[in-house]
Amino acid sequence: MSIPKENIRNFCIIAHIDHGKSTLADRLLELTDSVAKRDMTAQLLDDMELERERGITIKAHAVKLDYHAQDGQDYVFNLIDTPGHVDFNYEVSRSLAACEGALLIVDASQGVEAQTLANTYLALDHDLELVPVINKIDLPAAEPDRAAAEVEDVIGLDCSDAPRVSAKTGLNVEQVLERIVRDIPAPKADENLPLRALIFDSIYDSYRGVIVYVRVMDGRIKAGDTMRMMATGAQFTVVEVGYMRATSLEPAAELTAGEVGYITASIKTVGDARVGDTVTTAENPASEALPGYRKVNPMVFCGIYPADGADYESLREALAKLQLNDASLSFEPETSGALGFGFRCGFLGLLHLEIIQERLEREYDLDLVTTVPSVVYKIKLTDGSIVEIDNPTNYPDPATIASCEEPMTNAHIYAPSDYVGAIMDLCQERRGVFKDMSYITTDRVDIHYELPLNEIIYDFFDSLKSRTRGYASFDYELSEYQPSKLVKLDVLLNGEMIDALSFIIHADKAYGRARKIAEKLKDNIPRQMFEIPIQLAVGGKVIARETVKAMRKDVLAKCYGGDITRKKKLLEKQKEGKKRMRQFGTVEVPQEAFMAVLKLDDDK
Amino acid sequence: MTTNDPGLYIHVPFCRGKCPYCDFYSFRADAVFKARYTETIIKNIIKEQTQKGLTFRTVYFGGGTPSQLGAQNLCRVLDAISKRPDAEVTVECNPSDLCEEWSQAELNALVSHGANRISMGMQSVVEQERKALGRRAGEQQVRQAVAMVKAAGVTDFSLDVMLGIPFQTPATVRQSVAFCAESGATHLSAYLLKIEQGTPFEKVEKTLNLPDEDACCELYLTACEEAEQNGFYQYEISNFAKPGHASRHNLIYWNDEEYIGIGPAAHSFYGGKRYYNTADAEHPQTVEDGEGGGFEEYAMLRLRLTEGLTERGTKERFGFALPAALRTAAKPFAERGLLVCDESGVRLNPKGFLVSNAIIAALLADAED
Repeated sequence: MSIPKENIRNFCIIAHIDHGKSTLADRLLELTDSVAKRDMTAQLLDDMELERERGITIKAHAVKLDYHAQDGQDYVFNLIDTPGHVDFNYEVSRSLAACEGALLIVDASQGVEAQTLANTYLALDHDLELVPVINKIDLPAAEPDRAAAEVEDVIGLDCSDAPRVSAKTGLNVEQVLERIVRDIPAPKADENLPLRALIFDSIYDSYRGVIVYVRVMDGRIKAGDTMRMMATGAQFTVVEVGYMRATSLEPAAELTAGEVGYITASIKTVGDARVGDTVTTAENPASEALPGYRKVNPMVFCGIYPADGADYESLREALAKLQLNDASLSFEPETSGALGFGFRCGFLGLLHLEIIQERLEREYDLDLVTTVPSVVYKIKLTDGSIVEIDNPTNYPDPATIASCEEPMTNAHIYAPSDYVGAIMDLCQERRGVFKDMSYITTDRVDIHYELPLNEIIYDFFDSLKSRTRGYASFDYELSEYQPSKLVKLDVLLNGEMIDALSFIIHADKAYGRARKIAEKLKDNIPRQMFEIPIQLAVGGKVIARETVKAMRKDVLAKCYGGDITRKKKLLEKQKEGKKRMRQFGTVEVPQEAFMAVLKLDDDK
Repeated sequence: MTTNDPGLYIHVPFCRGKCPYCDFYSFRADAVFKARYTETIIKNIIKEQTQKGLTFRTVYFGGGTPSQLGAQNLCRVLDAISKRPDAEVTVECNPSDLCEEWSQAELNALVSHGANRISMGMQSVVEQERKALGRRAGEQQVRQAVAMVKAAGVTDFSLDVMLGIPFQTPATVRQSVAFCAESGATHLSAYLLKIEQGTPFEKVEKTLNLPDEDACCELYLTACEEAEQNGFYQYEISNFAKPGHASRHNLIYWNDEEYIGIGPAAHSFYGGKRYYNTADAEHPQTVEDGEGGGFEEYAMLRLRLTEGLTERGTKERFGFALPAALRTAAKPFAERGLLVCDESGVRLNPKGFLVSNAIIAALLADAED
């Protein structure tokens, strides 16, 4: 039995991190009998181990639900889950573009947070109908009235009959289903136009190749059609189309306008099915692509090296595998005098970087050394040319630099007003320029700063969290490049420059950071046979210095009862220890020292 | 009978009390247990020397506290051992045991049954330092024990000094070393205190006010210097002797030569194999511990000696010259004055001994490649 277009509802759920998006999604799956109870693992949609652990959604997912409503009719719900983090804003926007409406989840104990607003604005940009849902009303600290009032005040959304639910216990969740039927419009769709389907996600499957998740806007598509990607021009023969069910894919004869489904076509890499691209058919191509496609460019770069040089090939294979599923990850080979062979990798943001790093270590069992993350700087040379630098190693000779520019962001921080002072201190330290501040409610503020991206990528979240005891939330969007006074800070051990520790920094902050790095290195480099001077230099001028004293005592004094084996074991251990050290000229540096420098602000 | 005759180590796992820094295998035992233990040892010695056809070059009673076994038991063991007429026979004795539990006659008997070398744990002559180590004997008792040893006709005796202990200063180290010289000792062992896992000292390490790394080094170098000035030449990291009085038994270890260990927790090296007995006084098990006697092991041990790793010794034993990589690796250490590397070989000096673990690892890590 086919469902008429009027009974299709395409929607997503938007929420701040931890406000219960995935839990609500699980309840919706249960209530629509999409999953047998026994197959339920908590947060079914977040199927990567890492996602479940971090409680965030890294990749978008979608699922088709069948709902028999109180009006006696059958409906099809297409729930499109969206990533909940600013690094993946573009992916969020494509998911939103595939929907007619959105559930806006607000935690009754926390109210409106940074990402609630950021995502709301995104949803409004896409003309989505918003259905507010007040969640977590079971919590002792829940204040549903206050949360509802905040939504009304800040977002201007009527919350008088907003469902008040507990996704965790399932309380009142059925109201949400009815509101979806009532408030979210059916898709406007014309099956007779040439095909235009929006790609909002794609995943790599080792058996079928890339599975492309689409929302069909116009026209229809079926197996055997020749599909064409309008942005990349790539063409493939469709092998199968169908719907995403909660636990499996369900093949269908065709997908038609208004529907959400998948296409497989023996596509080899997700790079050929980019999120945001429009699928049409070669037989009857659409004249114009859907709006909004852009190629996402990495914003944050760092070097990733295998701790053991022998793992280089494994690292390359692991990165290539991850890239199959993640077109926004870039990598190319890089050589460091200090770290040997590795890769320069590009990421959407710091979270993206951390996720990739963790997946490499966890899923591929690699021991990694990463360098300080960098953003892309634009440097104008005296000959008038402009170079883009994402790697301190390529930083030009200061004598040839006319001016530098760095990327800026518009950042919003939402927090209880008690923390305004602490937050402003932090932003000020991070070279922020105060824009404005508004009261969301009587005791919650939205502080708007312009912050350099390179200040955000150094543990800004962590510092913010610790200074506001976790109450602040944060969101940013890239704005523009601005002139900046940048310098390259080099680390020298025993007079030799360690390229992997160099980074680009604002001139005003060079001294402070140089001192901290020098101290950290001193604490983390074990005493060696000779004294090691640690120097931090800008353009050849030393601005901070420490010394690792020479080791004086390392001796096994006594031999007990002829126990030579004990000595042999010690010798083996020491020889093994030497292998784990990175040799820089005559200085041996343990990996821990690198880590300590990279996580500079952890223990201030 | 050749110079290759092995040494014999006999472990006596008894102590009157446990020193708070010690992690060696030892416990209190009664007379019955000791007698039974003596029987077991004798049986094992006879078995070893008969089966393997051995005559021992050196005999060493270590512990624990061998003097706790009592003169009679020790004499019975000595009688059972087949040893060369010129064998060095050492018995470790606790000074308090000699003064409080032993008669002069008993000590004389020990000597007449073949003991010709006594080693005593003095640790320090300074009262405050001795107390911090939990030693029972006072300086007076050490003097008395030394007198007994001399009266028994033992001219070859050794005293232990411990370095890096609470309250110790270079001046008190000189005091302890000078005391050894005055007492007429022919041998001196000076061990740096190491806080071992599971000892009472480990639990209270922070409160012990131990000298720091730099201070310990100064104490060690002071001991080396003071020993030298008193006529004890250094022959190993922790061992000093009047000319001709280096411990022949200890040299077996450092020369990577063979020895048989009897008793719980004793180690053996025989027929190219290393093995040891488990730390179980009643039913020790023998556990294989791999091959021994390779170049790396030899080099590691020889580098503990002031004589060092010599071209001649290496050539004689292995038929090859010192690896070039080892010499190359030695160079930076030579430049920093931690060792000498010349045509006769490689040898560390006291400053080098202080960091000998790192040096030996570096020399051998590079030699391997």
